[in-house]
Amino acid sequence: MKKVYIYKAYERFWHWSQAFLIFFLAFTGFEIHGSFVFFGYQNAVTYHNMAAISFLILIVFTMFWHFSTGEWKQYIPTFTNIKAQINYYLIGIFSKAPHPTRKTELTKLNPLQKLVYFGLKVLLIPLLAISGLLYMYYRYEDGGQVKSLDIDGLSGIASAHTLGALLLIAFVIVHLYLITTGTTVFSNLKAMLTGYEEIENDEEEKNSGEKDFID
Amino acid sequence: MKKIFIILLLINAIVISVITVLVKNQSTESKMEILKSRFSKKHIQSVDHTKFAILQQQFKSPQDVTKACLSCHTERGKEMMHTSHWQWSRDEFIKGRGVVKLGKKNILNNFCIGISGSEQSCNRCHAGYGWGDKNFNFAKQENIDCLVCHDNSGEYTKATGGAGMPDSTVNLSKVAQHVGQSQKTNCGSCHFFGGGGNNVKHGDLEKAQLDCSREVDVHMSNEGTDLRCADCHTTNHHQIKGKMYSVSSMNKDRISCTQCHTQTPHKENIINEHSIKVSCQSCHIPTYAKVNSTKMTWDWSKAGKLKNGEEIEEDDSLGNHTYMSIKGSFMWQRNVEPEYAWFNGTADHYIMGDKVDTSKPININTLNGDYSDPNAQIIPVKVHRGKQIYDTKYNQLIEPKLFSAHKGDGGYWKDFNWDIASKIGMENIGKKYSGHHTFVRTQMFWPLNHMVAPSEKAVSCIECHSSDGRLKNLHGFYLPGRDENATVEFIGLGAIITSILGVIIHAFLRIFHNTKYNRKTKTVNPE
Repeated sequence: MKKVYIYKAYERFWHWSQAFLIFFLAFTGFEIHGSFVFFGYQNAVTYHNMAAISFLILIVFTMFWHFSTGEWKQYIPTFTNIKAQINYYLIGIFSKAPHPTRKTELTKLNPLQKLVYFGLKVLLIPLLAISGLLYMYYRYEDGGQVKSLDIDGLSGIASAHTLGALLLIAFVIVHLYLITTGTTVFSNLKAMLTGYEEIENDEEEKNSGEKDFID
Repeated sequence: MKKIFIILLLINAIVISVITVLVKNQSTESKMEILKSRFSKKHIQSVDHTKFAILQQQFKSPQDVTKACLSCHTERGKEMMHTSHWQWSRDEFIKGRGVVKLGKKNILNNFCIGISGSEQSCNRCHAGYGWGDKNFNFAKQENIDCLVCHDNSGEYTKATGGAGMPDSTVNLSKVAQHVGQSQKTNCGSCHFFGGGGNNVKHGDLEKAQLDCSREVDVHMSNEGTDLRCADCHTTNHHQIKGKMYSVSSMNKDRISCTQCHTQTPHKENIINEHSIKVSCQSCHIPTYAKVNSTKMTWDWSKAGKLKNGEEIEEDDSLGNHTYMSIKGSFMWQRNVEPEYAWFNGTADHYIMGDKVDTSKPININTLNGDYSDPNAQIIPVKVHRGKQIYDTKYNQLIEPKLFSAHKGDGGYWKDFNWDIASKIGMENIGKKYSGHHTFVRTQMFWPLNHMVAPSEKAVSCIECHSSDGRLKNLHGFYLPGRDENATVEFIGLGAIITSILGVIIHAFLRIFHNTKYNRKTKTVNPE
């Protein structure tokens, strides 16, 4: 086993602020959706919009970080080993089979993660961001007058935004569960907190892996 | 030294905050003072009417007063002739009908129904003298009642059942010498009492507004700016701005809040942006009939019950009539939450002779507009629900003669015979009554524009943005907090539930296999 520095400071900052914002947006969002009363409707809307703007700023910084560090390449989806990864989660995991892919600084995402996170980044988050921006700004003030984009009401925008939000929550549920499937139950969580994760050595891994296959 | 410095700093901070609070308070106060001084400045009359010789006479008739007025104000008579206060009728364009002549003269309501045959009583509120039947001469200028609108003595009243003539007690020469700009009391003498009593019809216009708190009416309150009706209902050559869609139909000559306020008066953009679909009144008139009750229902079918041949009257706990033999039964309400409607500024009306569908309430007036209409906004309305007389054979509403001065003249209020009252009322407007009637449900929509509350009393977000909120009966648009897309909810919640189930099953299998695996390794190890 060796300790590897996997998640850099900015990455952890990004992850945890994003996590907080998503929870906060979901909470205030459900209040706006009429699910419960907590902050009060007007406050919920104000906080939701403030959190949304913060999230957009975070996204801009994170995009810059991804491109300037080259980390964006981590998210290029690949179909190699994806079957093995699915098999692992469906079958192998129960017999303590080893992870079919190795986590290193260079490839911290397994093929399934790559696919899902890629989907998040190019489909779900943009869906939420764009529908959210339209939600906030399809009516706007211009020279002391209130104007509106020529769209047939809020129905489409609100439905898209709600759908995106519900799917993101489904993702978060699975995500929260899957972080327990690391080397130990808490190793992934610890890694995202400290940046360091204990990873089996290359050689050890190879050997043990072979052994496992022989077994 | 350091301590002293800190203490000085603290004192400074306290002084500064106290000053800022005081300054802030002062500025809001002075803003109100500026508004007050601007609007409650007493109008200084340019002439003193007591000094005119022509007014220093004992007038034999009110018409003589009008002649005296017109001897100086020579062109005002012609102006008045063209107003709806005189004509009780206007040329209105209504989609699907074209241009029609509409007004109190020929339109129905679901209170006292219509003026036909009852002119002696109803036309007390006509700005004229002697419109007692259909033969009234609208071309005679001396029949104009200048005093009802311009009396500043406070002594002028019109006689009950007197076809618009002044009450016999009125000292005409005194009133004539004390004329001036129209005050609240002038407008209110009719507009507060429509329908036969205070606040019966509108719900947001009543005598309490002559002396009320800002909570009741922020504009008319004498604690505030103390606006007169005519401050907003600006007038040009006797044409007074403002429309009531119980009798009006077109989107013109209306009054709007933006005559004084800007289109973006709120600090929060999101509230300003509501104005594209929501009228100011919707949020700023949280309740109406705040002081005295207003009539909400009127059931004519119950009329006519007598006790030992005598009329009966029943009152509710607040002293409002709930039953009158001559009128039927009523329901009153105070502090009423409005209903809401889409409205684009145009309205249709039941016009005498229209055939109706009695399976649902008949709209006496219809406010046009819906969400997709760019000119439409949500407005608060008082809906007055009635049950009124209808001709079963001709399938149309009836305008019966209600008032008559003497028994045997056919007015329902004296003779209690619907057939005779209907026949006379209908013949009076050149229509027929089949001899068969029943009572049908009707509804009438009264847009609310007065009794604006102070801003802190405005309707809050959640009162509309919730499934059981004020707008629960308005459809055809997506309202956050109230509406959801069923497909989206199904897919989204489905995905969430599937995820939770998947996670639980997976976790269970993992724990199960883990223990099995451990047991296996345990049993293997000793070997």
